[in-house]
Amino acid sequence: MIEAKNLTKRYGDKTAVNDLSFTVEPGRVTGFLGPNGAGKSTTMRLLLGLDRPDAGTATVGGVPYRDLARPLRVVGALLEARAVHTGRSAYDHLLCLAQTQGIGRRRVGEVIEQVGLASVARKRAGGFSLGMGQRLGIAAALLGDPAALVLDEPVNGLDPEGILWIRNLMKSLAAEGRAVFVSSHLMNEMAVTADHLIVIGRGRLVADCSTEEFIERSTERSVLVRTPDGQLLAELLERQGATVTRTDDGDLDVTGLQAPRIAELAAADGLVLHELSTRRGSLEEAFMELTKDAVEYDAGLPAAGGVK
Amino acid sequence: MSAATAPLAASGPATGEGRQGFGHLMLSEWTKIRSVRSTVWSLAILIVLTLVFTALFMKMGIANWDKTSPAQQAEMRLDPTGTILGSGILLSQLAVCVLGVMAIASEYSTGMIRASLLAVPRRVPVLAAKATVFALLVGAVGEVTAFGSFFLGAPILHDKAPVALGDPGVLRAVVGCGLYLALLGLFALAAGAVIRHTAASITAVVGFVLVITPMTDLLPGSAGEHIHAWMPTQAGFMITQQHARAGDLLGPWQGLGVFALWTAVLLAVAAVQLRRRDA
Repeated sequence: MIEAKNLTKRYGDKTAVNDLSFTVEPGRVTGFLGPNGAGKSTTMRLLLGLDRPDAGTATVGGVPYRDLARPLRVVGALLEARAVHTGRSAYDHLLCLAQTQGIGRRRVGEVIEQVGLASVARKRAGGFSLGMGQRLGIAAALLGDPAALVLDEPVNGLDPEGILWIRNLMKSLAAEGRAVFVSSHLMNEMAVTADHLIVIGRGRLVADCSTEEFIERSTERSVLVRTPDGQLLAELLERQGATVTRTDDGDLDVTGLQAPRIAELAAADGLVLHELSTRRGSLEEAFMELTKDAVEYDAGLPAAGGVK
Repeated sequence: MSAATAPLAASGPATGEGRQGFGHLMLSEWTKIRSVRSTVWSLAILIVLTLVFTALFMKMGIANWDKTSPAQQAEMRLDPTGTILGSGILLSQLAVCVLGVMAIASEYSTGMIRASLLAVPRRVPVLAAKATVFALLVGAVGEVTAFGSFFLGAPILHDKAPVALGDPGVLRAVVGCGLYLALLGLFALAAGAVIRHTAASITAVVGFVLVITPMTDLLPGSAGEHIHAWMPTQAGFMITQQHARAGDLLGPWQGLGVFALWTAVLLAVAAVQLRRRDA
């Protein structure tokens, strides 16, 4: 549905998006993950024809966005930065967008209802809270009943109720067969929303796989073993190919063997176990690990010279 | 890529019956203009203030008639229409410049431009529709103020410098005054589209029209005269003169044509930039 091919965008000598290729399929929520400054917003702007790529192509259903005759009916977009005239009411904002595509007033009313802004629709958008602004942006995205949605950080500024609302909305939009492409810098948010993940760092593709696979792959399992026979067990497990490290408390942290197998080996040798538990690294850690080489603004390295 | 281009274009609901009509875009731009309260108010105030100031200036002119120099008296007798239109227009000019800039620069300052360009990714039609709607609106408002000013000012001047709409050159000057304001609005809008920043655009346009243009009058020699005469607003303003003066380098319609040319060039620059630059 949405396809990026060898997309490259440079700003001066800084490459924001670097030879990026991926596809966003209909019928599922595709998460677009990356740390701040990874190039997510730039990529989305390239997809939407707001910026011109220096190389590569971005298409929607095979057509570059700029060539779509009635784009809002094909792709609905929510941009990270606000895109609303502050002096205009929510209703008039949506109306003037709708009129460009020949969409009627009835549809404007519908999307206002859908995002829950009916009571403030005639108020100036400049007075809206961040959350209301996001809802207005979503309403604009839904206006043309599009087959694809591109949402840049839609949960930004939303309260928990709003986050839940948008999560369910995205899932239901995907369930209706639409392609939903949503960016976030929060791994945990994506883990519960996205079916598929595209991860980038410094403008480059880092991973493109199902969320399940990503979690499986990135959260390497380790098993914590508490035992009075630490030395013996460690040697025994290492002979079986496991990697054993000792924690500060004298417990064993075992990777390369699963908990049941460790228990069996210990039992066979008559070693006592006080505790045996499988640990999973947090998803957020895994994400940081994966993109750590690709973080644009690293607070930990002031000596490295900051930006540029 | 070219092989994959066809399917959605042929079957998608998006590309069904042709492209977005220009009428749709004009309707949208009209909604944008009328739905920002400050614009509507500014236009209303513009009409009222221009009329009030015209009446005021004319009354003052008559009250001070005996103290006025013979040269100025002769000037007012020769061109009562220009006298009437010229007094209020300073105010309307200023307002039209600001509104023209705001019509597009406010889209950049608020981010609205991104929404507009997402809806119309070919971009230039947005500018064209906005310019058309704005020019029509300012033209209408301009005609109202021009005719209003004339019918308000002419009776006041009547005793000293009689003038009627049927006199030669008068109707052209009054109608032209509205056209001049519409062009000025377009000129400011184009400048706003090129510069994109509200404050900078307003400064540039107002500075150009009210400071730089009059200053070119001080340039020496025939070259200086020509430069002054061909400055956009100086040339455009010729249309509001009832009679040609000795030494005029451009006639009324020629002058308006020069102004139109300047505006067209600036609009073309704006269109090219809009297409090329990242939004």
